[in-house]
Amino acid sequence: MFLPFLYELRRRGVPVGAQEALALAGALKAGLHDSSLDGFYHVARALLVHSEAHLDAFDQAFLAHFKGMEGAGQQLTDELMEWLKEARQRRDLSPEELALLERFNAEELEKLFEQRLREQTERHDGGTKWIGTGGASPFGHSGHAREGFKVGGEGGGGSRMAMKVAGQRRYRGYRSDVVLDTRQMAVALRKLRAFAREGVADELDVEGSIAATAKNAGELEVVTRPPRRPNTRVVLLMDVGGSMDPYAHLVSRLFSVAKQATHFKELRTYYFHNCVYGRVFESSHLVGGLRVTDLLGQVGRHHKLVVVGDALMAPYELAMRTNSDGRYDPTNGKEGLVWLMELARHFERSVWLNPEPPRTWRGNTIEAVARVFDMFPLTLEGLGEAVAHLTKGRMARGRR
Amino acid sequence: MTSSPARFRGTDTYLSSEGLQSAVNCALTLQRPLLVRGEPGTGKTLLAEAVAESLGLRLLTWHVKSTTRAQDGLYVYDTVQRLYDSRFGEGDVRDIRHYIRLGPLGEAFASKERVVLLIDEVDKADVEFPNDLLHELDRMRFRVTETNEDVVATHRPVVVITSNNEKELPDAFLRRCVFHFIDFPDQELMRRIVSVHHPGLDESLSEQALKVFYELRNFTRLRKRPSTSELVDWIAVLKASGVTSLKLDENLPYLGALLKREQDLMAVAEAFGRRSRA
Repeated sequence: MFLPFLYELRRRGVPVGAQEALALAGALKAGLHDSSLDGFYHVARALLVHSEAHLDAFDQAFLAHFKGMEGAGQQLTDELMEWLKEARQRRDLSPEELALLERFNAEELEKLFEQRLREQTERHDGGTKWIGTGGASPFGHSGHAREGFKVGGEGGGGSRMAMKVAGQRRYRGYRSDVVLDTRQMAVALRKLRAFAREGVADELDVEGSIAATAKNAGELEVVTRPPRRPNTRVVLLMDVGGSMDPYAHLVSRLFSVAKQATHFKELRTYYFHNCVYGRVFESSHLVGGLRVTDLLGQVGRHHKLVVVGDALMAPYELAMRTNSDGRYDPTNGKEGLVWLMELARHFERSVWLNPEPPRTWRGNTIEAVARVFDMFPLTLEGLGEAVAHLTKGRMARGRR
Repeated sequence: MTSSPARFRGTDTYLSSEGLQSAVNCALTLQRPLLVRGEPGTGKTLLAEAVAESLGLRLLTWHVKSTTRAQDGLYVYDTVQRLYDSRFGEGDVRDIRHYIRLGPLGEAFASKERVVLLIDEVDKADVEFPNDLLHELDRMRFRVTETNEDVVATHRPVVVITSNNEKELPDAFLRRCVFHFIDFPDQELMRRIVSVHHPGLDESLSEQALKVFYELRNFTRLRKRPSTSELVDWIAVLKASGVTSLKLDENLPYLGALLKREQDLMAVAEAFGRRSRA
């Protein structure tokens, strides 16, 4: 009976397989779900989901799959009935709604409600007939429900109903494809570390010492080696101003995380506006510029380049020619896109992190920039992929 | 799934939700490890104590550190002690078994009665650490190569594993676990938690403290959001100093107990100070 539910989960990207199915079957056989939809929700969640990132997808799948069953869950219907009785006293109903409610007596209303519940096949928000939120139907939760399938209202008390819990989608914040917080960013960036032993040999090599001492017939022979040090060098380029303003907070978080990260040997951060035009800037007020040609001279190919920007601009901005001082120069300058290409070509590994959602990446300047840089969304998943991309070996030269 | 083991229903001092109880009972019945994740300060570690207390079992704890290896949990062969004893002629050097020291996992297997084993902060260790434990947790047995003896669990221990999500855990490991994510307590649960820690606290003070606390948690510019233990500490300070009324502005007393970062304190002073002046 629950197998279609497992496929529903797989469709929504929750990795469940035979092992989970067997575990769930075992739990149900042992009667852990207490023969209720509630119990089933909790048991299934514990056994089928392995990460909080999948909790929201699970809730959604549960809602979609068991929506037809809510009638079967008599408890839920009972709660709806309870609320129905309570609703007449709600002060937040409009006069029209009150009038509507006055038109029915409680018995009629319940009968009509049951009928509607049978007819209703999906969720409705607004409108005047169906059960849902924010509508003028007598069976709504007028304006009180904050989100989801919350027909029960606030007066529920007691134990939480599975549909209601699922409907609230409280785990939305933990989805891995939404924008991330500082700590998650730090964890993602931590993967970007690489160590190398170089410099002065001032660390005692215990195993080496033992081996050397043994070879030396027991006479103590101390071996030292250089300590392991982080060896990742990063250049961070950030777009500021204009269309990036809505993401300023997010970008500043990424910046502070990168600054705090102790596992970079070197971190250089520069700013630009819209597109790189010959110069990048040391402060977000776009002063203290540095020529791109100078930057490329100062940093090696093994630096990792991370560009953060929405890559969203007027097409002419990509085509505008500027010289290496960042001045408009239609005869000798290079186009904005060419500057970007020079950056991409210089570094062995580079990525572009884009705060715009990937579905908006087609048919505008983002598409053009994504042909130059490997582009990832600025979400936890995207950052993880970008970091994995950065840590791979060098890219085939002249690929672009 | 042979016998129906005792059900977990929480204890007097540990308040648990329905989902959590269900997850614990799944782990008990299916005899799989229970993996608990959640924000710091949501009571992950305390859960194991509560499970042990409610089932009346002994609790063994294995605190995982960055240097911990899987082998440490099983057993350690104390070569240095044996060498030392042979040099000075103490102890029974002939019998290698005297120098095999069982780790927490080994002890849990060897125990005559069923125990609760807490593997705390499993993500602190190396990335490969959980994978090295897979076989032992699955079969509940391992071999001591020095003596060629098997340590087999007569009663499968109840294994509770906590993780702070510092590292991703391997999929193969996750598949074998029952998973539960402890939510941050909502205001109602938090009120009960506070009253457990500070019985007889002035009603209005606790109301105000909770209100300020959740306002701060919803303040998105914070780098580190305050958690349960910080709230409990803060209320203790407020109680001790006899504060009776609170308002979220720049003069909030003992804010340092809630916010531990300088930027956070400044951000709060800036945002809420301005509002109160306006």
